[in-house]
Amino acid sequence: MYAVFRKELADHFNSMRFTILFIMSFLAGIFAIYIATQNIRSAVTPSTEFIFLKIFTISGGTLPSFLYFMSLFIPIIGIALGFDAINSERTSGNLSRLLAQPIYRDAVINGKFLAGLAVLAIMIISVIGIVTGLGLYIIGVSPLAEEVVRLMAFALVSMVYGAFWMALSISFSVFFNRAATAVLAAIALWIFFFFFMPMIAGSIANAQIPIDQNSSTALVANHYDLMGMIARISPRILYEESVSALLMPELGSLNPALMMISMLSAGRMSTPLPLVQSLLLIWPQVVSIIALAAICFAISYLRFMRQEIRSI
Amino acid sequence: MGQVVVETTNLTKTYGSFTAVSELNLCIEEGEIYGFLGPNGAGKTTTILMLLGLTEPTSGTAAVCGYDPVRAPLQVKRLVGYLPENVGFYEDLTARQNLEYIAELNNLPREETRKKIDNLLAVVGLPKAADQRVGEFSHGMKQRLGIADMLVKDPKLVFLDEPTSGIDPKGIAEILDLIVKLAKRKVTVIFCSHQLAQVQRICSRVGIMAKGKLVAEGALAHLGGETGKGGRYRIEVQVTKASHDLVAKIKENKDVVEVKSVSADSLIVVCKSDLRSQIAKVVVDSGSSLVGMKVEEASLEKIYKKCLKEG
Repeated sequence: MYAVFRKELADHFNSMRFTILFIMSFLAGIFAIYIATQNIRSAVTPSTEFIFLKIFTISGGTLPSFLYFMSLFIPIIGIALGFDAINSERTSGNLSRLLAQPIYRDAVINGKFLAGLAVLAIMIISVIGIVTGLGLYIIGVSPLAEEVVRLMAFALVSMVYGAFWMALSISFSVFFNRAATAVLAAIALWIFFFFFMPMIAGSIANAQIPIDQNSSTALVANHYDLMGMIARISPRILYEESVSALLMPELGSLNPALMMISMLSAGRMSTPLPLVQSLLLIWPQVVSIIALAAICFAISYLRFMRQEIRSI
Repeated sequence: MGQVVVETTNLTKTYGSFTAVSELNLCIEEGEIYGFLGPNGAGKTTTILMLLGLTEPTSGTAAVCGYDPVRAPLQVKRLVGYLPENVGFYEDLTARQNLEYIAELNNLPREETRKKIDNLLAVVGLPKAADQRVGEFSHGMKQRLGIADMLVKDPKLVFLDEPTSGIDPKGIAEILDLIVKLAKRKVTVIFCSHQLAQVQRICSRVGIMAKGKLVAEGALAHLGGETGKGGRYRIEVQVTKASHDLVAKIKENKDVVEVKSVSADSLIVVCKSDLRSQIAKVVVDSGSSLVGMKVEEASLEKIYKKCLKEG
């Protein structure tokens, strides 16, 4: 399996695809720093404890934050790394030659998955590294120890999120013999989760628990509760909730209802959550993403192991 | 008698209601070149995939080099080389890198591999293209590289699925020579091809499959006897005058099956053995004189067609 891993990794590094993705995420990092430098003065108050983390979460008016970029780009990177993993081997005639070698069949899919994971890790760490480095240089605030730990956790959660999208696109590469079909299917699912799922959650919540300006606080809370639960079907929401809790410790809660209440009862100064509490808070979300990734990989693994080499 | 390398007992593979291979019994010995023939979809490739452990048989068993491909696929694959039909390579890698990857998957030591790969590329006629990207290769070059690829692990048994497709005539001759050399080194070769002339040239034994069943098997000489009305040889005799007397005299030999007079000066004699010298004697004795004689062994093509009709 190590041989497959090494070869796939070398292939990734030599591919045009890797260069394009890397440039794309590099630009996202630069852009995030630009937004941060433009808006950091207005976002930081004397009571702000974690100034450095603000670089990652500031959004300037219509311009999105680095977090938003990540939740948008990571699926694309994941899909790009996996959509032709198996079907390209099959259509190029490599698969039967490869499997005639004395390796277990799962070495091929495991090696490919691990190589993709390594590339994903390199990309995410380098993008966060670029933003951190430029942040240090331009803004001139050095991160606290806790901020460093939070950033590492952020990188780890991002990798898990990327791993889910990669596992999904690898399973499409097993099921669809044409790479174009696999990539379209993966992108369709991405669009659905990214754009439609929040809308669907909103409209279901509106239909089930309609609210207006005169509704009681409890009703409003229920409304947002339901919306949040439905939206959590989307891995995007799971990811955004967990990284928000990591990078914005002052948020205090992931429950949209509680967040609404604290917003409504304005003036209540929220104190940032300690690190352990933040981790506890995001634990269910992170485990859900891991489970989704594991399920996708297991499906593609089983299917690949049982697939006929030559479909007649 | 050599050691048995491939043995199958009632090997069967069905896909739903379609039977790809039905109760196949094969026995192939070490150093044989076994021609595996049959029309498209007869089940040849499915059989090979089962022997390699890439497809599980529905029922029946197989033993390849003493191992069961279902239970010990890795041992089998370590000893067996396979050249698939439509072989493909990583187009972005060079010929050498492609072979190095296969060597790595086989856990071969690196220094040895380098020399071996240079050697193999020279053997298949690609020494200059070693560091060229496979994406730039022609179909024939890929096919040649496929043969080198198959030999990287020093196999004891090789499966060749249409190895000569897309290769130029000179290349075909080289590859057929290479296969014969392999067999001399005690490598067993199973040669699937539709190029019957090539099969006839190098194979010691052939098996003909049709609709998943083995309809004929045996040495070429044997098969000819079985199928061609008993007459294996077809001798064209050109004389100055082909009289009825002459025809009758030739017919007296008990090995002669049939004599046809084609024109006033030529005859076609179908016989069980090579009767050229006897015929020459008869012709001279009859007072006619012999102008020429051409012998044609029963061609595999005829045997093949006949078997398929019967099957």
